[in-house]
Amino acid sequence: MIHTSHLVKQFGSFKAVDEINLEIGRGEIFGFLGANGAGKTTTIRMLSGLLKPSSGEIRIDDLDIVRHSEQIKHKLGYMSQKFSLYPDLKAVENLQFYAGIYRVPFEPALKRLEPLLEQFGLSSILNTLTQDLPMGYKQRLSLVAALMHDPPLVFLDEPTSGVDPQARREFWQVINDLANLGKTIIVSTHFMDEAEYCHRVIIMQDGREVALGNPAELKTKHGSANMQELFLKVLGVSDAKL
Amino acid sequence: MNVLKIQELSVRYGPVEALSKVDLEVQPAMVYGIIGPDGAGKTTLLRSICTLLPYQEGSIEVLGYDAANRAKEIRARIGYMPQRFSLYQDLSVQQNLRFFARLFKVNHADMLKRREQLYKFSRLEPFAKRLAGNLSGGMKQKLALSCALIHTPGLIILDEPTFGVDPVSRVEFWQLLHQLKADGISIVVSTPYMDEASQCDQVVLLHKGRMIGQGSPAEIISGWKGKLYSLTSSDLRKLYEFLLSRANKEDLQLFGSEIHLFSEQELSSDKIASWQREFPALESCVEIKPGMEDVFLRMMQ
Repeated sequence: MIHTSHLVKQFGSFKAVDEINLEIGRGEIFGFLGANGAGKTTTIRMLSGLLKPSSGEIRIDDLDIVRHSEQIKHKLGYMSQKFSLYPDLKAVENLQFYAGIYRVPFEPALKRLEPLLEQFGLSSILNTLTQDLPMGYKQRLSLVAALMHDPPLVFLDEPTSGVDPQARREFWQVINDLANLGKTIIVSTHFMDEAEYCHRVIIMQDGREVALGNPAELKTKHGSANMQELFLKVLGVSDAKL
Repeated sequence: MNVLKIQELSVRYGPVEALSKVDLEVQPAMVYGIIGPDGAGKTTLLRSICTLLPYQEGSIEVLGYDAANRAKEIRARIGYMPQRFSLYQDLSVQQNLRFFARLFKVNHADMLKRREQLYKFSRLEPFAKRLAGNLSGGMKQKLALSCALIHTPGLIILDEPTFGVDPVSRVEFWQLLHQLKADGISIVVSTPYMDEASQCDQVVLLHKGRMIGQGSPAEIISGWKGKLYSLTSSDLRKLYEFLLSRANKEDLQLFGSEIHLFSEQELSSDKIASWQREFPALESCVEIKPGMEDVFLRMMQ
């Protein structure tokens, strides 16, 4: 689904992303981990076509991202907990807005997503103003908005930071279902509990890959009890008490 | 003497009971964690301790003062770091510290001495002239903590201080808390992160305003009587579906490279063997030590 080779992004003399090579398959849940400034956001912005690579190649579904950006745009859904919903619109109006942005007819899209709305407990709050919804609901609503055009590739930016463990587990249950339907899920997070749900993760530092693999393998390889420990270990953070 | 003693505290907002019969005691030089999901009552509890909220029942004693009628004394002796970043973004690091010192009536000579200590502690000195609004997330939190410490309080109250802070800065922040504890300061801290809960000396688990558990993290984990298993397979998704027909959905959690299964009782080796016969791709099923999150989720149910 995603292929990158020798991906580089340079801002002036600063290399934000340095030689990243990835093969991400259909139905895979793939996580980008790193501290602030590690290059994960820059990489994801390139993968989603918002930033042009300085050099290297990105292909999405065998299409070159620079030459076929319009076509690729329709294959992508993007959810960020932070900015993506208008607080002064009703929940349903936010969905309508996203259908408009992605140029898909609203009614059929809503119909298709009905089971998901039901599963998320959103059906009964569609007429509530978004700003009046609790955090957990907003986050689930953002995901539904990102799925209005039924994209095969979905980007999640820290999807469950700040929600409680129960809500987080329920949310990931749905993500797993989406992956099982063949959607590719890209997660960017610095919240290590989210990393456990990924099939594979890449840990980045100073724009480079410092670890890549499935969570269990990586933990065994580095002798770490959990992702947090692993993360700090591969980044070389000493005296880690967490 | 207790630094903080709360007995049968109940707080209501109109008809909504935000906290119901909460008891807790914090001893000197202790890190006490308030753990719970959104809406559990964590912030309400912290605000009550800071004398910022009236409560209907029970008692709160902070550093020997009754919160019901000695708010002034209490406020002068505690430090509070609210959830939202509450410093002045258009003041520099140095100016924010001075502002808080004045607010707490710290005289100038003491302020200078204290500021030196806090600069060393937080390593913010090189950024003294930088506007607070231009600091990174981790540095903002260190500045907020320093401001809460400028009047040398005996107890500090921190409301989700590392929310949204990156993992490396989170570790640094907790190292600072451990240092404060070593200096004899008591810390009451709320957090949604279970790895942070594990670093507290004592925790209380709140759910819908009620206490559902209390003790040291080790006590809470060992006090939980259920069993947790990790199952692996080359086809996790199929294994998950297989298990769905043999266990409750709420007892199963699908992760990226394993499935967790809760069980009230120990799984017999016969049972595991029979699963292996029915589902040959089941590679392993081993009991694992539950973490805080696992135990907390079970206690909530």
